[in-house]
Amino acid sequence: MPELLLELFSEEIPARMQRKAADDLRQLVTDALVAEGLVYEGARGFATPRRLALSVQGLPGRQPDRREERKGPRVGAPEKAIEGFLGSLGGLTLDDCETREDKKGAYYVAVIERPGRAAEEIVAGIVPEVIRKFPWPKSMRWGTGELRWVRPLHSILCVFDGETVPLEIAGIVSGRTTYGHRFMAPEPLEAARLDDYEPALKAARVVLDSQERAEAIRNGARNLAFAQSLELIEDEALIAENAGLAEWPVTLMGRFDEAFLAVPPEVIVTALKAHQKCFALNDPERTAPFGGAALSNRYILVSNLEARDGGRKIVEGNDRVIAARLSDARFFWDTDRATPLQEMTGALAAVRFHEELGSMAQKVARVETLAGEIAGTIGADPEKAMLAARLCKADLVSGMVGEFPELQGLMGRYYALEQGIDAEVADAVAEHYRPQGPSDALPLSAVAQAVAVADKLDTLIGFWAIGEKPTGSKDPYALRRAALGIIRIVLEGELRLRLLPLATAHEGVPAGEGGRDALAADLLDFFADRLKVYLREQGARHDLIDAVFALGGQDDLLMIVRRVEALGRFLETDDGTNLLAGVKRAGNILRIEEKKDGRAHDGAPDPALFEQDEERALASAIDEAEMRAADAVAAEDFEAAMAAIATLRSPVDAFFDAVTVNADDEALRDNRLRLLSRIRAATRAVAEFSRIEG
Amino acid sequence: MRATDISVETDSFLSPKRSFQGLLLTLQRYWAEQGCVILQPYDMEVGAGTFHPATTLRALGPKHWRAAYIQPSRRPGDGRYGENPNRLQHYYQFQVILKPSPDNLQDLYLNSLYAIGIDPENHDIRFVEDDWESPTLGAWGLGWEVWCDGMEVSQFTYFQQVGGFDCSPVSGELTYGLERLAMYVQGVDNVYELNFNGRDGAERTTYGDVFLQSEQEYSRFNFEHADTEILFRHFEDAERECRALLEAGQAGEERHLMALPAYDQCIKASHIFNLLDARGVISVTDRQSYILRVRELAKGCAAAWLKTAGGGADHA
Repeated sequence: MPELLLELFSEEIPARMQRKAADDLRQLVTDALVAEGLVYEGARGFATPRRLALSVQGLPGRQPDRREERKGPRVGAPEKAIEGFLGSLGGLTLDDCETREDKKGAYYVAVIERPGRAAEEIVAGIVPEVIRKFPWPKSMRWGTGELRWVRPLHSILCVFDGETVPLEIAGIVSGRTTYGHRFMAPEPLEAARLDDYEPALKAARVVLDSQERAEAIRNGARNLAFAQSLELIEDEALIAENAGLAEWPVTLMGRFDEAFLAVPPEVIVTALKAHQKCFALNDPERTAPFGGAALSNRYILVSNLEARDGGRKIVEGNDRVIAARLSDARFFWDTDRATPLQEMTGALAAVRFHEELGSMAQKVARVETLAGEIAGTIGADPEKAMLAARLCKADLVSGMVGEFPELQGLMGRYYALEQGIDAEVADAVAEHYRPQGPSDALPLSAVAQAVAVADKLDTLIGFWAIGEKPTGSKDPYALRRAALGIIRIVLEGELRLRLLPLATAHEGVPAGEGGRDALAADLLDFFADRLKVYLREQGARHDLIDAVFALGGQDDLLMIVRRVEALGRFLETDDGTNLLAGVKRAGNILRIEEKKDGRAHDGAPDPALFEQDEERALASAIDEAEMRAADAVAAEDFEAAMAAIATLRSPVDAFFDAVTVNADDEALRDNRLRLLSRIRAATRAVAEFSRIEG
Repeated sequence: MRATDISVETDSFLSPKRSFQGLLLTLQRYWAEQGCVILQPYDMEVGAGTFHPATTLRALGPKHWRAAYIQPSRRPGDGRYGENPNRLQHYYQFQVILKPSPDNLQDLYLNSLYAIGIDPENHDIRFVEDDWESPTLGAWGLGWEVWCDGMEVSQFTYFQQVGGFDCSPVSGELTYGLERLAMYVQGVDNVYELNFNGRDGAERTTYGDVFLQSEQEYSRFNFEHADTEILFRHFEDAERECRALLEAGQAGEERHLMALPAYDQCIKASHIFNLLDARGVISVTDRQSYILRVRELAKGCAAAWLKTAGGGADHA
């Protein structure tokens, strides 16, 4: 069956965009083909730095013939209606219509036969449309044209079943020609199908498949390292980026002066990677000056050329750039260490945290107080936590972090250790930024946990106070990430922390509109939302989280989750499901009757008014269950609390089986309604059952 | 054109491999051959070659334009008292602007590298994504930084907007960092050791001979002695003058008579802002508001330029 081969050849496409662009091209073209009735067997999208390509295999040569029917007016409808119908079909007559019957009588149906068009013709229509609407993250115009593409588009190869599909867009006429490697094989080459396109490109020093390029880089780098008894520091993102920067990747090994290894390894790895996109290597023979694996003074670079001289000049050039970068880094390492961290913190007064929230120095002071309080409750040394908080932002004014912002925290740790500051404090300085995302590592020690939570909580309270809450997709201060970070630290570290008092007592930020209590409550709602998202990803039911939060005053994340878990397990039991149904029934009756009466039926029922045994049994079961559940909750034993509540199942069932709530006698009815409200009240010891679905 | 087609006279003292000035002259000659008008530097202090009206203003409007020039560029904050082998507060940019950008712009650019002796069979030349934006000029474009063996040797940009106006046709802008390129071609690691005139022995003049003293003196000025009160005042003056000229030059709805003098004041304000920034007297928030103030001037000048003959007011 025929194949469609398409290539869009352009100037260099940003590496980070290539993969998605190849997927988008495949998706957009195949969707459009299918919409035209051209189903296919398989499709593959490709991207190199200079081209997007697509092969669609197993397409039919023509669209299937199509028969369209349009329902028209009834037979005997006014002349005008029939004329209008025929007119809308482009001049058909009633002879072209069939009459059909339904319940209401006969009506006209126009039958339009549309012969399928040639696939080639459809492709010629689809391709320009896809190009015009292509979803590049950023696109541009060039020259005198109005077409937008990621960078100037130069040629289009479009071949269907061996024949060029003629099309034109912005003056570019399609053909069957493309070009090889920019420097090694720039001559034009022809291709009609993937089976000759891919090998022709390879012969012209272009590896079409990005996975294959990545593999070549990985193997090349490993082999070069192995030959020198070194170990490659694997970095998939860096491999992928390099695969997007070379059509013919060639790995080479360079080296730098060993003296640079006196700089912390993270600095060297970052300098190699961030600026030069090079790979660092470990040397198993060396001992590490900073602990852990020791770096080698060799590195791997990826070029896009099989050089005449075997790469000698390329390596020389890269070595010089790397040396300049590393001497900058060493300069910062030396000069930064000449200034104690305490002194650097002084400079934070000049660094603005946020216009309305003051300087970084002011933030640090707030975090210090908060970290001390939190440390006290989670069993960390408050002195250490406060020292770590005081120092945690100091490295922001260091030369190294100015040059390599991604090393923030980490440099603070090194500088602290160099000054002989306690290792736990130094580690907390490095770790207080954690976690940076949903899968990032968490702070390890209790001191680091205290500082990490304090830093994030201060940020949240501050932005809440000035009304800068995240909305929709806008979260410029990454507040959702901060809240999720606290949630993960607290839950995974099993920390006991009450958020409301911390938020209410936090000083040094504006009170916020509506006062501090309102702010704390609103912030807690935000935590509830983030917690729901977090737990949902772990498979928990969002309604159960609602049912616990609805109790009010729930600000201890760990206890909330324990309760949700216990509730989930309880509801999976027979007792749980039945009790839920009973409680909901009680709730529904109460809601309806309270609405009808215009008053609540709270308060204790009068035992003197009980007529039936089921009423008495239920009343005493409630008292018993409520007491036991309250004790269990106080002891934070939610399983036991659920078990206590579970004892209500049979008395509730029995009550509804035997007792008519809406008795004719008003006093009797009121008393029974009060009994129902006791069920609702008692179950609130564990959760707000009305929020639970099912 | 392949590198092997170009004979670089390595023995001549004007060879780009031997002298800094040889590199400049080679690039000028190369781009002159491509039909560019070879201009001289703009006679004002600017942070980059882009500020020259031959780029900023000429990029606007429908008229075609090809120009190349060297522009001394001042970045007060990059001064290192002559002690850093790679950083300068004053350096040369070689700037090329081709409007509309020709289809073979990448090839033209690569040929210019071959012309100064970079051999594509032995050097790894790459176009690495780098989108350009000038907040003070209200300008942006897409393009790359061009790497040669891992070193950034040029910026390559397709202008999309200047002064808040869409560029149509689109200009292609090439900016070569000349010192860095010369260090690469000459194979030296310290900018001050560049051979400036290509001579040897007693006749040899280095980049350091020409510029080391000025780097030291200007670093003192930029970081320590520039009178910030005077600078703040000058900023206000330039801003006021720019606005006054924009208003005074407005001749009816259709024409403007003083877009260029107004733009000079915009350039001045921008440079004074850079000096104030280097003196560390502009806070993070203030910084944003100063940038916006300069951008407003740039937008006004761009709008005025579009109402001049150069801006294409006679077209259409």
